[in-house]
Amino acid sequence: MINKNLFVLFILVLLVGCGQSESNVSSGNRIGIFHMGNGTEPQELDPHIVTGVPEHNILSALLEGLVRKNPENLEPIPGVAKQWRISEDGTVYTFQLRDDAHWSNGNPVTAEDFRWSYWRAMQSALGNKYAYMFYPIKNAEAYLKGEIDDFRQVGIKVLDERVLEITLTNPTPYFLQLLDHQSYFPVHRATIEKFGQPDERGTRWTRPGNFVGNGAFQLTEWRLNKLIDVEKNPYYWDASNVTLNGIRFYPTENVSTEERMFRAGQLHRTGSIPIDKIAVYKKENPESLRIAPYLGTYYYRFNTEKPPFDDQRVRKALNLAIDRRQIVENVTKGGQLPAKSFTPPDTLGYTAKEMLGFDPEQARQLLAEAGYPNGKGFPVTSLLYNTSEGHRKIAVAIQQMWKQYLNIDITLNNQDWKVYLDSVNSRNYEISRAGWIGDYVDPNTFLDMWITDGGNNQTGWSNPRYDEIISKLAPAAVDRATRYQLFQEAETILLTELPVIPIYIYTSISLAHPSIRGLSNNILNYVSYKSLRLDPEAKP
Amino acid sequence: MSKFIFSRLLQAIPVLLVVVTATFFLVRAAPGGPFSEEKAVPPEVLKALELKYNLNLPVWQQYTHYLGDLLRGDFGPSFKYPGRSVNELIASGFPATAELGFYALLVAILIGSCAGVFAALKPNSPQDYIPMSAAMLGICMPSFLMGPLLVLIFGIWLDWLPISGWGDIPGDKILPAITLGSGYAAYIARLSRGGMLEVMSQDYIRTARAKGLPERVVVLKHALRGGLIPVVAFLGPAFAGLLSGSFVVETIFQIPGLGRFFVQAAFNRDYTMVMGSTVFFATLIVLFNLLSDVIAVWINPRLRSQVQGG
Repeated sequence: MINKNLFVLFILVLLVGCGQSESNVSSGNRIGIFHMGNGTEPQELDPHIVTGVPEHNILSALLEGLVRKNPENLEPIPGVAKQWRISEDGTVYTFQLRDDAHWSNGNPVTAEDFRWSYWRAMQSALGNKYAYMFYPIKNAEAYLKGEIDDFRQVGIKVLDERVLEITLTNPTPYFLQLLDHQSYFPVHRATIEKFGQPDERGTRWTRPGNFVGNGAFQLTEWRLNKLIDVEKNPYYWDASNVTLNGIRFYPTENVSTEERMFRAGQLHRTGSIPIDKIAVYKKENPESLRIAPYLGTYYYRFNTEKPPFDDQRVRKALNLAIDRRQIVENVTKGGQLPAKSFTPPDTLGYTAKEMLGFDPEQARQLLAEAGYPNGKGFPVTSLLYNTSEGHRKIAVAIQQMWKQYLNIDITLNNQDWKVYLDSVNSRNYEISRAGWIGDYVDPNTFLDMWITDGGNNQTGWSNPRYDEIISKLAPAAVDRATRYQLFQEAETILLTELPVIPIYIYTSISLAHPSIRGLSNNILNYVSYKSLRLDPEAKP
Repeated sequence: MSKFIFSRLLQAIPVLLVVVTATFFLVRAAPGGPFSEEKAVPPEVLKALELKYNLNLPVWQQYTHYLGDLLRGDFGPSFKYPGRSVNELIASGFPATAELGFYALLVAILIGSCAGVFAALKPNSPQDYIPMSAAMLGICMPSFLMGPLLVLIFGIWLDWLPISGWGDIPGDKILPAITLGSGYAAYIARLSRGGMLEVMSQDYIRTARAKGLPERVVVLKHALRGGLIPVVAFLGPAFAGLLSGSFVVETIFQIPGLGRFFVQAAFNRDYTMVMGSTVFFATLIVLFNLLSDVIAVWINPRLRSQVQGG
């Protein structure tokens, strides 16, 4: 019994000892440190290796490309380049770099830094999975594929210490946006060469103390699975306009833990929120809940090589028997929009014609025409999704709708993420769940994936006119109106033949403490850290 | 005794070899590769990555390469975290996991043995039923339920204890240790109850009572040592289980331990990290089983004479 008493005493002493210390949020507001939940532990901090959103969140504090995004409307605004000129035909971009752009060790940021960084990002040995982001640049694709060896043939030229010229194959209206992608971030050559070969993966240059960046913040601490600290970079060209003194990123894999940390005042902002908490926050704490449309589409894809899904009427019937409003209102419940086209509405001014309706009557008729009156004889079909409670709920709802309206039987098949990817890539599925998040704000990122044998087109679907529009006509279009008209034509083909059925348009849902100022809702969920401020007067 | 330890260590070698071989081939047999992504990766890049990590070689060659590296104590680079070696990931995660496991074991022993002994003193009475039902509940309640429940009560409603973190705020190690330890406390409670019941009916306890010793002395001095032998035998596997099973608790409480890497590695098909952590944990389990056998022999005179005689 003595042991037990001692233990109780020990616990009590600890309890009294800890009491109530100041929360991260209130101390952060006082000293200008932003505490942010950031998904998973970052793979790396090398902009030319990583692919994930958590990594991008940190890198966009540490590095800056030629161009930035206006957090309000996502229009390109000057970054390292103070201005740029675009040639008449839209293929030659000349960037004038600012004279006061510096690396965090005080070295000037030059045009050669960018040329060298782009060269590095295109070395296949480095394993840059986002290397395709360089394809719009003249000869970049050929260089990446090893068809040409001489990098001087690639359309990147240093004209002067502070002038960089980039030549594109086609006028690419979204090119400026790409420059704010991590693949196009510059890296500090001397630092990388100090720790290894330029194309060597995983050297120590990204560690705190070694990392030299040119962003508004610099890396000070990286504790695995615990936190990453960055502090204001005094050498940043716009340092006088940076209000935060630092940011602490927490890897918060578990969304429930993250939500509890937010509730306990340990985080200013979360990356997401458990679905079942959305309603609670809407009711009790609406000022903390932020829901914004997001540039992504949740959809189901058909394996069009497998009967009966090689029949357009079957695909159409299944599409018409989905009540999307029900799904967003009663299943996902996070403000998602029922999809009316594949490209999310108002993607840089492009809104496709609404073509996806809910019409069970016509659906039944189409299925009967295809040879399955009232679902008779329709083979039992498997619906594949990667293991997740959210995907399961949606799949169950759609399974029921198809049973109710078409009288067909669907079995649900969930697979672990990597197994699912393998099944999809080897086309070992009938219907599978998918999602696509745009790489940049332009309809092209949603439509160019459906060309014949495109790397992300695992449906087996192919249409020559579609290919022609996406690969030839749209890239050569002279103005936005013509281009969008072509995209509309392509999208009409896609939504008529329906190799995929879009279900809803994503929203980004997160929690943000009311003390945060300067956080904008935009469709990329993009945060410009240099515009953030914390209000110490705000209620904790 | 040293001969006993030595022969047990020799037996461990084939065990570990089987673990290495089975894991090596199983993880490669699982569908999906380490570099597959939702967005298609350019084929040239994929080829370069496979070249870099020797995945272009036939599997048996990869296996012999791996064994060679393993003998030198090198677990190789992580596929998922290109800048980290597996050795580095294990070294960075293990201290927190070990510390958590140690506290959890303390919690388990203290609560478990007290409850078990307490229950055994008056078998089949409320003094027995209440702690034993609580123990049953503790065994049944998984840590992904226990953790959030404790956080809700002590962290959010009462606001007494921090809800996450490790070594940042005083007291943040209490809830994780209790969460992880409670299931094991329950096992220990049942084991020590059983052990105590058996011992309490033995002749030497009757003798002690007949001598007129007070009950407290009978229990603490005479019965406890024999009654807790089953618990000691359980401690080795329990500690190994606490170390390798801390994934859920580490995730709930944001603890930078090895368990999170271990489980994520399997999802990520991070072959080298799966291998490294499996081999590492397998070695620990073998060692702790050995340790608890040695202690069991040491405190149990009957086994001791067997080992020395044989």
